[in-house]
Amino acid sequence: MYFVLRRKSALQVKIQWGPMCIYFPPTVGAGGGNDIQWCFSQVKGAVDDDVAEADIISTVEFNHSGELLATGDKGGRVVIFQQEQENKIQSHSRGEYNVYSTFQSHEPEFDYLKSLEIEEKINKIRWLPQKNAAQFLLSTNDKTIKLWKISERDKRPEGYNLKEEDGRYRDPTTVTTLRVPVFRPMDLMVEASPRRIFANAHTYHINSISINSDYETYLSADDLRINLWHLEITDRSFNIVDIKPANMEELTEVITAAEFHPNSCNTFVYSSSKGTIRLCDMRASALCDRHSKLFEEPEDPSNRSFFSEIISSISDVKFSHSGRYMMTRDYLSVKIWDLNMENRPVETYQVHEYLRSKLCSLYENDCIFDKFECCWNGSDSVVMTGSYNNFFRMFDRNTKRDITLEASRENNKPRTVLKPRKVCASGKRKKDEISVDSLDFNKKILHTAWHPKENIIAVATTNNLYIFQDKVN
Amino acid sequence: MMLSKGLKRKREEERETETLAGDAWWLDPSLPAAAQAPPATASSSLFDLSVLKLHHSLRQGEPDLRHLVLVVNTLRRIQASMAPAPTLPPVPSPPAAPCVADSLLASSDAALSASMASLLEDLSHIEGLSQAPQPLVDEGPPGRPVGGSPPSLGALDLLGPATGCLLDDELEGLFEDIDTSMYDSELWAPASEGLKPGPEDGPGKEEALELDEAELDYLLDVLVGTQALERPPGPGR
Repeated sequence: MYFVLRRKSALQVKIQWGPMCIYFPPTVGAGGGNDIQWCFSQVKGAVDDDVAEADIISTVEFNHSGELLATGDKGGRVVIFQQEQENKIQSHSRGEYNVYSTFQSHEPEFDYLKSLEIEEKINKIRWLPQKNAAQFLLSTNDKTIKLWKISERDKRPEGYNLKEEDGRYRDPTTVTTLRVPVFRPMDLMVEASPRRIFANAHTYHINSISINSDYETYLSADDLRINLWHLEITDRSFNIVDIKPANMEELTEVITAAEFHPNSCNTFVYSSSKGTIRLCDMRASALCDRHSKLFEEPEDPSNRSFFSEIISSISDVKFSHSGRYMMTRDYLSVKIWDLNMENRPVETYQVHEYLRSKLCSLYENDCIFDKFECCWNGSDSVVMTGSYNNFFRMFDRNTKRDITLEASRENNKPRTVLKPRKVCASGKRKKDEISVDSLDFNKKILHTAWHPKENIIAVATTNNLYIFQDKVN
Repeated sequence: MMLSKGLKRKREEERETETLAGDAWWLDPSLPAAAQAPPATASSSLFDLSVLKLHHSLRQGEPDLRHLVLVVNTLRRIQASMAPAPTLPPVPSPPAAPCVADSLLASSDAALSASMASLLEDLSHIEGLSQAPQPLVDEGPPGRPVGGSPPSLGALDLLGPATGCLLDDELEGLFEDIDTSMYDSELWAPASEGLKPGPEDGPGKEEALELDEAELDYLLDVLVGTQALERPPGPGR
């Protein structure tokens, strides 16, 4: 019996003897963001440059095990990919994601009372934890949330007494013997069916849904209100936050995102267009208009401009898996907040600071209003968010290093390691750097997702979904 | 994606050869932002741009509320920097015997803010509330001193000389179908209560009107005539 030592990465060594191996030091979830070499794995979606509006991806979400990956698009469709089961000991890469189910979640609607069309675009998808063989997810457009059940059918009953195999009914008088129908295998069929429709509770546009850790309730947030639902009850919801002023002329702030705490079922946060985050405790009162905590960083006077408020508007808020921290994304940065400290974030990462001097142009072309999302890796050690020119950024909280990568079909050979990218803000542009003025502001990565357990990420460009994973071996 | 009439800017990717300075010419990147005051014309074109955005946003069947609120707040910032002390008074509750000229001056701004306010107010009609739009009443609590900016300025209360440039044909066309009798009734509401918005206030206010039709017509004519006179030449137009 001999053993083999292999250096797996800068931080990790693999010790193997026979079929057994261990990794030292053991890592839970991901290692350092920059010690991982990210490789192209797959790309989904049309190849043309001419993007059909309906195909624009509007949300991406892994389920709790990471086996399923759901995307929603502007055309109201949901596409679910499933990871192939792979032989973990011998494989050179993790399983690929293939289409598992596709269904039309929302249709365009017309509100006759207000003479307005309601877009079918899927704003958010959230998975429920799996309780039985079926999978459940919530999907929402601007006004209506739906609970979908996705189930597999791989057997069917055969041998009915009163029905022929082709479905025709038999004349009961011709039946002389009885038999018990049996289940026989059939080709796998994945069915999606709407189990609940939660409608008519939002006057304004829904921007967030979040499932409570009690797995029985969830919240939905629009620009001015947050409602609490029970998953079983569709005709009633409780309003828990209402920031609509008595006089709409006094409106100066809207809700931009909301999320339940991952462990405390009584706690949730919501962010605003003024850069504040409020943490609320549902035990305090039925209407959580008074926050328990208010997280806000004072404005840096040297950076003040006409656009200060717009760039401070928070586009996404996400709790860490541990529940100790939360991350917010505003136009130029990602901030990590300790829930115990309200007056400033504990960490701030600049996503694309070179855009600060371009704010006027970005205001003019409305890019300054783009809403970027952000996400944590499984061990809360690395955070990721998107940028322009199909770039996305990762920040390692431990090593304080960051990396910029590009989602592009040019690097689409499997296991091709992605080359880090760099934007040249000013001065002489080095080789391989891209100048700010060359950035394509139409190519924006707003939606990204990180597998809950492994180093697999899903990055959505306008109409393509890229899957990257770390280099194995 | 973006309409910006008269303010042509090349897209970022077409300007590879231009330097950073060409883009935000009033913001020299080597200087801290706070040390620079944008020249008046830059603020003014930013103001125009913001008004166009607001206009565009309000035209949507169902405006993106976040976009709307952010643009309005930005407009207020720009306006505050252009005219730190409002030269025209906010619309106060008219005293019992208002000076016609003063009221008309006030109302020329009020007319615009009234229009904008009523449009924003229409958003609350989405809920089926039966609030009658209260265009002029929300400029501040009654009896506030005329000189200062009332803290309870409505989100769209735009004061200052720059508002004149907003009264172009396009914007007026948008507001054409607004019932102008509201302007008349607001001017002459009594100084006491009844100036706060609320569905119950509507009928009360109407009862308080004491003018006859001829006087209302006269006022309307003068109002329209004064708006035309009030319009200063827009900067750079």
